[in-house]
Amino acid sequence: MSTEVAYDAATEFMNRDSFSTKVQNTLHRYPWLSSAIVLAIALVVFGRFNENFLTPNNFSLILQQVAIVGAVAAGQTIIILTAGIDLSCGAMTVFVAMVMATLTFKNGVPPVLSFIIGLLLGVASGAFNGFLVTKVKLPPFIVTLGTLNIFVALTLIYSKGRTVRNTEVDPFFVLLGKYIDIGEFRITTGVVAVIFLYLILAFSLRFTGWGRHVYAVGDDIEAARLAGISVNRVLMSVYSLAGLVFAFTAWVQIGRVTAASPNVGGDLNLDSITAVVIGGTSLFGGRGAIFGSFLGAILVGVFRNGLTLAGVDLYYQILAVGVLILFAVSVDQWIRKARS
Amino acid sequence: MSKKPVLEAKNILKTYGRVVALDDASLQLFPGEVLAVVGDNGAGKSTLIKCLTGAEVPDAGSIEIDGQEVHFRRPQDGRHAGIETVYQTLAVSPALDIASNLFLGREIRKKGPLGSIFRMLDQAGMKKAAKEEIMALGIGTIQNISQAVETLSGGQRQAVAVARAATFGQKLIILDEPTAALGVRESAQVLKLIQTLRDRGIPVILISHNMPQVFEVADRIHVQRLGRRAAVVTPKTHTMNDVVGIMTGALKVEEKDQTLQPIR
Repeated sequence: MSTEVAYDAATEFMNRDSFSTKVQNTLHRYPWLSSAIVLAIALVVFGRFNENFLTPNNFSLILQQVAIVGAVAAGQTIIILTAGIDLSCGAMTVFVAMVMATLTFKNGVPPVLSFIIGLLLGVASGAFNGFLVTKVKLPPFIVTLGTLNIFVALTLIYSKGRTVRNTEVDPFFVLLGKYIDIGEFRITTGVVAVIFLYLILAFSLRFTGWGRHVYAVGDDIEAARLAGISVNRVLMSVYSLAGLVFAFTAWVQIGRVTAASPNVGGDLNLDSITAVVIGGTSLFGGRGAIFGSFLGAILVGVFRNGLTLAGVDLYYQILAVGVLILFAVSVDQWIRKARS
Repeated sequence: MSKKPVLEAKNILKTYGRVVALDDASLQLFPGEVLAVVGDNGAGKSTLIKCLTGAEVPDAGSIEIDGQEVHFRRPQDGRHAGIETVYQTLAVSPALDIASNLFLGREIRKKGPLGSIFRMLDQAGMKKAAKEEIMALGIGTIQNISQAVETLSGGQRQAVAVARAATFGQKLIILDEPTAALGVRESAQVLKLIQTLRDRGIPVILISHNMPQVFEVADRIHVQRLGRRAAVVTPKTHTMNDVVGIMTGALKVEEKDQTLQPIR
């Protein structure tokens, strides 16, 4: 009896959460919150340094700049949620962009058909990654390191290293470069499309059984399997869907630069991982929110833009992004430690 | 016993290459009882249970549920037949909440087009059902059904796993070393849950190494030795020493009268 009392007293004591535990718990629940706070602080600080920073014009520019990284980060997020990683995403995006633009320009394929072929190519490329991960059972890092090189090579072989210039790109492919001005704020169809992409993915992750299984697989793959989830099917669907997202990004990218070049997008893989991590999604899988990745992409964009306007050298901007990444990962580690 | 067995495994043979894991093993489970399965390492406990759940396919022998012969090829088959297993590895997803874990892999969709076209989950409905199940099992220490499983103690996590099994286990529930990773107090919680399940009339197979626990909750004890059933005893007629003796082969059981003979 006395031990019972002692135990209850002990639990009572443990339950009296300290301030830091409360912060931990809140961050645990809303992993994107820390990046939102940093973003808010950054907006205030950069606004003080340059009066042009807090203008609708500048914000629409930042949004356009981060739209492509943001779109790739959406696909990257669902892969990272399963405790995977995709290094090939940028190469895949460029590959699909080249195929889409070249099919129509060189082979006279109707643009809509080229677009659909491009999307299917993205799905197939993603499924190939998924196949190597689930069936050949290779780690996602190694798989996508391999396919990264394969997609880069295929792009160069197919295009012979030649850019489809803006005079040669079919008007259909620059649809996502169109814009409307709302006062000073310019919103492009590409940005709208990326926001829709996030809404659809967020809905699927939050409200469907598939979404819950994605989290479960990343959280504890063995527990998911024992619970009767077809783990391989979930992983295949995730890599294929990510491929579709990257192919869609190709369309956004052609719209933004009004050309398809085999030599752009080399940093998209690391930039997208940066956005996902800063957005609070754990590299160990199973926790995070997809909107966080969009927030992460915007945060990087805001830092680059704000530092530029404040007259900070480019080298220091890179330094700032590095610090941001380490900060985000440290916060993630802190949250995880609290719970285990 | 006059009642018909819920589950009957007859003369199961299972080999892995040259290793004979199960050699003519049999098992009977009657309605509303807790049957403990004990045995030394390598006696074939796990293999026997895997054959019952469909995780392994026996090489020979038959398994009957309610007198109907069944052939399980995959764990899903056993599950469809109403057999639920709670694993010692605490097969719950830490970051997901209790309700999500309870319905993991068997989510319920909303009615109407929201469910059929948009594939939306009936989260409110699942939460309600989860809460009812948790309350019905008397796991009062869990306050919030939306809290992540990783915020729970080991015993509470195991309780979530048991609740999941109880929600979907129509025929029987198998608990594989459910207290192996738990402390004394938490083990007691799980044992209480087992008794609650029995009171509901669901038969339970409990695999355990822990003799005091087995003697506390089991109605009958199936002793597995060298790939076959060495004896079935009850806590009333035999002592822990007897059971350990049978397990290790120090005591021999006469098939007919179930009396114990020490081996010289």
